[in-house]
Amino acid sequence: MANEFLNYVERKSPVHSLSGATKLIIFILYSTAAMLTYDTRVLIGLFILSIVIFAISKIRIREVGFVLAFILAFLLLNNIAIYIFSPQEGVKIYGTSHVLFEIAGRYNVTLEQLFYQFNITLKYFSVIPAALLFIVTTHPSEFAASLNKIGVNYKIAYSVSLALRYIPDIQREFWTIAAAQQARGIDISRKEKLGKRLKNVASIILPLIFSTLERIEVISNAMELRRFGKKKKRTWYSEKPFKKADYIVIIVGFLILIASLVITFHDGDRFYNPFL
Amino acid sequence: MKNLSIKTIVAIGIGAAVFAILMRFVIIPTGIPNTNIQTAYAFLALMAVVFGPVAGGLIGFIGHTLNDALSYGSVWWSWVIVSLFIGLFIGLFKDRINIESGEFGKKEIISFNIVQIVVQAIGWIVIAPVLDILIYAEPANKVFVQGLVAAGVNIVSVGIIGTILLAAYAKTRTKSDSLTKE
Repeated sequence: MANEFLNYVERKSPVHSLSGATKLIIFILYSTAAMLTYDTRVLIGLFILSIVIFAISKIRIREVGFVLAFILAFLLLNNIAIYIFSPQEGVKIYGTSHVLFEIAGRYNVTLEQLFYQFNITLKYFSVIPAALLFIVTTHPSEFAASLNKIGVNYKIAYSVSLALRYIPDIQREFWTIAAAQQARGIDISRKEKLGKRLKNVASIILPLIFSTLERIEVISNAMELRRFGKKKKRTWYSEKPFKKADYIVIIVGFLILIASLVITFHDGDRFYNPFL
Repeated sequence: MKNLSIKTIVAIGIGAAVFAILMRFVIIPTGIPNTNIQTAYAFLALMAVVFGPVAGGLIGFIGHTLNDALSYGSVWWSWVIVSLFIGLFIGLFKDRINIESGEFGKKEIISFNIVQIVVQAIGWIVIAPVLDILIYAEPANKVFVQGLVAAGVNIVSVGIIGTILLAAYAKTRTKSDSLTKE
């Protein structure tokens, strides 16, 4: 069972010591920039920057290795699918066609298509290090405080923190139920026929749901007793106050977003075209 | 947002955790590569019918975001929005299906399934591909085929597993006027 979720990694580094809210803001700015642009120069810039930050954070590659393997497999499949469905997408976007070699019918390999798919892949690579870092360097309970700090209603922020808090517990419970049901002969593996398998899966989810509903009952009673939600504001035990470094990082983040938008859209097109 | 009850808040949090876990671990491959039957949406449908549209939408949104972030390190926003949409719109029919009355017979099963089919069809075949094209500039025919396949498998999953879950849940509720005078 290679089934772990990403986890917080405790370490002393400049990235860890930033406030969670700062990292959240940077993460949002960064994803916005990477989402809007298709400009190769901007994407490469963002990619290099996020590698540098990754190095500063002292997180080791193997601590996030299993996720990287997932992503690479996904990107490979996605690239193949894009080529199969639309081998001329690059030609359509860049308007020229430099054929490298023919395969069959409309399937040929053009420089434009390679460049387009390179950009799609780069788009992921430029966000992934930043996103991974955000997750592994922010403590889950500080995360709720950061959401609240950037303006999310604290009740919703608290829901998110509950979700993060209970993922390990519910996961453990899920495996217990699955093992118990399988011991009773309920097969959910590929040996069973699809229809039967669906029904068998339902018999694992069902106990999980009833225990979930009970858990909801218990937790909400406990919160009710502690007068949750009676006030307009609340304080957070794990909130980190803003320091000088936080302000600097946020300002730099905004500058990068603006710069990347200017570079991308100054010629009125979100694609960078080296073929003209 | 201001007058969310404590129970709804907790339901959102715990629901999102369960949604993320189901999405990660309880998937049934159909045999076609990259298309799995997601049991998470059956659970989402149940939570939406029990706790209403706000809880349904947020469970979909938070649960899907957490799963994407924690297992892939990046969030595929166009599909996260679809989860929000599905939870929200199935939740809007909470009063229509009225599961708390303990009745989940033929009439309710049919109306639940009409709702889920329409909502999921719009979500997977219209919203997801359009956002994929806008955000990620992916080829149109690819994302529409993906959308169609996702709609197919998820409609089947919610239709079978979701209906089983709702029926089982309804049995645990006390029927209104279930007492008879002797």
